[in-house]
Amino acid sequence: MATAYDNAMKQEAATDDSGVPFVAVENLRKVFAGRAVLDGVNLSVSRGKTLAVLGRSGTGKSVLLRLLIGLERPDSGSVCIHGQDIAGLALDQLGEIRKRIGFLFQHAALYDSLTVAENVAFPLQHHRKEMSKSEQADRVNQLLAEVGMEEDLEKMPSDISGGMQKRVGLARALALEPEILLLDEPTAGLDPISSGEIDELILKLQRERMMASIVVTHNLHSARTIANRLAILNEGKVVIQGSFEDLQQSDIGFVKEFLKQS
Amino acid sequence: MNDRGQTAAASFSPPLPERRIVDIPAAIASPGGLVDGFFEWFGNLGIFSWQVLKAAVTPPYEWRELIRQLDEVGSKSLPLVALAGAAIGVVISLEARYSLSRFGAKSMFPATLVYSVIQVMGPVITGLVVSGRVGAGIGAELASMKVTEQIDAIEASAINPYRLLAATRILACILMLPLLTVAADGCGLLTGWFAQTLVEPLSFQQFISSGFSGATFNAFLPPTLKTAVYGLIIGLVSCFQGMRTRGGAAGVGRAATNSVVLASLFLILADVVLVKFILVFFP
Repeated sequence: MATAYDNAMKQEAATDDSGVPFVAVENLRKVFAGRAVLDGVNLSVSRGKTLAVLGRSGTGKSVLLRLLIGLERPDSGSVCIHGQDIAGLALDQLGEIRKRIGFLFQHAALYDSLTVAENVAFPLQHHRKEMSKSEQADRVNQLLAEVGMEEDLEKMPSDISGGMQKRVGLARALALEPEILLLDEPTAGLDPISSGEIDELILKLQRERMMASIVVTHNLHSARTIANRLAILNEGKVVIQGSFEDLQQSDIGFVKEFLKQS
Repeated sequence: MNDRGQTAAASFSPPLPERRIVDIPAAIASPGGLVDGFFEWFGNLGIFSWQVLKAAVTPPYEWRELIRQLDEVGSKSLPLVALAGAAIGVVISLEARYSLSRFGAKSMFPATLVYSVIQVMGPVITGLVVSGRVGAGIGAELASMKVTEQIDAIEASAINPYRLLAATRILACILMLPLLTVAADGCGLLTGWFAQTLVEPLSFQQFISSGFSGATFNAFLPPTLKTAVYGLIIGLVSCFQGMRTRGGAAGVGRAATNSVVLASLFLILADVVLVKFILVFFP
């Protein structure tokens, strides 16, 4: 286990342009109602790399993403974004970090009183005030075209399918041109074809934008497709981290069982 | 918790206060639970208020959302408030005429109506009507946004939800309540006079001059302006209830109900204090 993790860390450090990972988590611990959902988690992701976090339901995968963007605060440990520990930041300081992170929620979390186009325009209206309305509209059209939703600008979120909502959520997450992308179950609840399309979309975005991405998923096939590295969480700890081949070669019982059942 | 954790806990701006659902019957069964729940609720309300205040006074200001909320709270409540004010005017007119006739003080009718509507009933009725309409609306809307992670999405987009969602709604309530009260008062006086003239003709000019004779600003301004405090209570309580919701559709329903019930209750309790305050400082 330690060997695979160490190898992964060395590999990350070697491929990082600046030497500082975009996202670095150390000894992260989060307790809910007396139960340690995350207990000493260490992870890091560099520019252009994608880490897939796998694990059983309730093992704290989504909590990990919420900690990375500051929606939850850690009980101990650090969450560093571009080398800056975000745990000590006030809400408005945290905002500056959040502008550099795109977040796709598990259920897309689109604003249900706004149209598809307004949803994508929302971050631009608040953080790109120097852009004219027509520039913002062009940017929204471009983003929605990237995710294949350019025909549905005026639809309400309730009028589109779950897969389409995920696409719009992804376009919204990309609106501020983030350097880090956090994806919470991007293919959950989707049919295999839609899942494949979302995976292709994520791969395309990675190639074009070179973001550091962390993807939480149950879908091992999807994780293999889009991620350079995979980490498996169990009982609040990262039991293994490495390439898919590292996972296959592991003799850890839980990892073997997880791969067998997936 | 290690040093770093303690530092983080001390300096981190807390997310929306988490709620431990207080089960009232269970809390009564265990007296400590009721006391804990009471102080926990007010403690969280205090933290929430501080976050909203900080967000409200620091830029960027959410002018567009504020204007939308002014329309939502003000214009859209106007018909309901006007109707309630009109009904109260008729009721007071009927009751006052009957009571004053018994004591041979019919000449006091205009002043009784004016003072009853403007000083007592107009502000309270407006507050309660707005509490029902706007309080429930805000509570349910924000609760729905909370349980569908829309508030988290706003925060993840580097937008302060206390500023965008709470401060704008609370400010709209504070600004609109006095204006709506004036509208309710106006409708109440108009329908009260009209109900009187059906029985005993009285010109509107005579009614107004007699009703307001000897009146000062102190008699009418503080009771109208006190509704800004009602607005603060309605906005604050309903935003707080909405933004701390958990538990899906049931949670949304609970938030809407609690918003109305608590806002109305606090509004009436505040009225007791405010009336005493006005009597002491604006005799």
